[in-house]
Amino acid sequence: MFIDQLFNGLSVGSILLLIAIGLAITFGLMGVINMAHGELMMVGAYTTYVIQQLFAQYAPQSAGMYFVIAVPSSFLIAALLGWGLEKSLIRHLYRRPLDSLLATWGVSLILQQTARLIFGAPNVAVVPPSWLDGGIRLFGAVFPYKRLFILCLVLVIVFFLYMYLTKTRAGRRIQAVTMNRPMAACLGIATPKVDAYSFAIGSGLAGVAGCALTLLGPIGPTIGTYYIVDAFMVVILGGVGKLAGTLLGAFGLGLISTFVEYSTSATIAKVIVFVLIIAFLQWKPSGLLSLRTRSLD
Amino acid sequence: MLRLRDVTAGYDGSVVLDHVYMDVPLGRVTAVLGRNGVGKTTLMKTIIGLIRPMSGVIEWEGEDITRWPPERRARAGIGYVPQGREIFSALTVEENILLGLEAQAEKVRPQPTLDEMYALFPILKEMRQRKGGDLSGGQQQQLAIARALAGRPKLLLLDEPMEGIQPSIVALIHDAIMKIAEEKQVGIILVEHNVELAFACADHFYIFDRGAVVAKGDVDGADLDHIQSFLAV
Repeated sequence: MFIDQLFNGLSVGSILLLIAIGLAITFGLMGVINMAHGELMMVGAYTTYVIQQLFAQYAPQSAGMYFVIAVPSSFLIAALLGWGLEKSLIRHLYRRPLDSLLATWGVSLILQQTARLIFGAPNVAVVPPSWLDGGIRLFGAVFPYKRLFILCLVLVIVFFLYMYLTKTRAGRRIQAVTMNRPMAACLGIATPKVDAYSFAIGSGLAGVAGCALTLLGPIGPTIGTYYIVDAFMVVILGGVGKLAGTLLGAFGLGLISTFVEYSTSATIAKVIVFVLIIAFLQWKPSGLLSLRTRSLD
Repeated sequence: MLRLRDVTAGYDGSVVLDHVYMDVPLGRVTAVLGRNGVGKTTLMKTIIGLIRPMSGVIEWEGEDITRWPPERRARAGIGYVPQGREIFSALTVEENILLGLEAQAEKVRPQPTLDEMYALFPILKEMRQRKGGDLSGGQQQQLAIARALAGRPKLLLLDEPMEGIQPSIVALIHDAIMKIAEEKQVGIILVEHNVELAFACADHFYIFDRGAVVAKGDVDGADLDHIQSFLAV
């Protein structure tokens, strides 16, 4: 039973991490309160739906392979949308958090309505690829492949994101702009360009999250609103501006809520977890890892 | 050649630089002297583009750059070492220098530049994997200069590079400035409040008081007593 719960906790944590990691860039690193982040997930989810439909219609013999195409497509389409959003709207609202909160909330409503117009209000189901059916039996517990896949996907994303931010030129630019924008500009870094592609990457990761969420259940125009609160919670709990904090926050939250849920019920567990988070943030307002703690650098 | 024509600049409506005219030749060291609070740092920030002048024209190599953002000026060959150094403290020494390469227009292999900077400042090679924030003030100053030089500037803005640094490192930074000035035909604007230190490196000088140029000339044959009269507190 313990292993069951542990795996469930890790699985919930990996889903939380998946939905929060894009936000860790746009909100955590760039400081934009993007209420449309959830809708970027929805865009990724519907992209996956469309690709699955296309495969089912035109290439039914290799229908299971749609997911391989869907992951990068979700990333690209959500990233493109995020890039356009940054260029047209968000860049005018930097350092105006309340305005950007309202404006992006408006964007989220527009995107939801657009999805309703195109795909209809009811939820649609994406048929998961058959190679993700079933699971592994270990120590008397069943580990479903879908959940293992999400866990692996998240770890791969975190690894690549870490390498990108720390080992590449473009990633170094993002770090420099985050730490000291005027000085980065004085070194010749085009900060508006860095903002645009950072936001595009964060949005693209939201798209991938949306793609993965299709494995867990049906999707609808309001799927983003279910996850946006959790995503902000993970980033704030982990410490704004620290990717490692988001990682800790997501898995910590996943494990705690699973174990609390096991000993109570789902509703009570949610309340207890929220109370724990509020209490924790009273004690440490800047989250698990904050930018100002030098010892953790 | 950098030229300032009738530049007036400041913060939120309060004027700090008042109708400044300056000619800064390349390949020479131009010292900017003055007491604290006369607008020397504002002058540097106006030249690199962190402050937009209220009026006047800044020309760089014949082009009007008054409305250019800092990144464009950096790419056009103006390197900036700010007062307080502004090292990226969470990045390593090497990463800080590599960020300096951003100012170069085309992509270059990083290693030759790194080697060159390590030759100029050997301590940076020893510390290359350490975080910028772990360095002492003098080491950070050397890193800030190396970072600016990595962009191969034609003009280097040095804002009080010797401030708050122990004497042995002051000599080292002084030597480095001389070496840069001699070898690479880089122009330098050196902001200082210490006349002796400035005149040991400089070819020309400008003296500021209350945001305006009150004296200028060549260092050779300058009347030190006259200059001191502007700087005495």
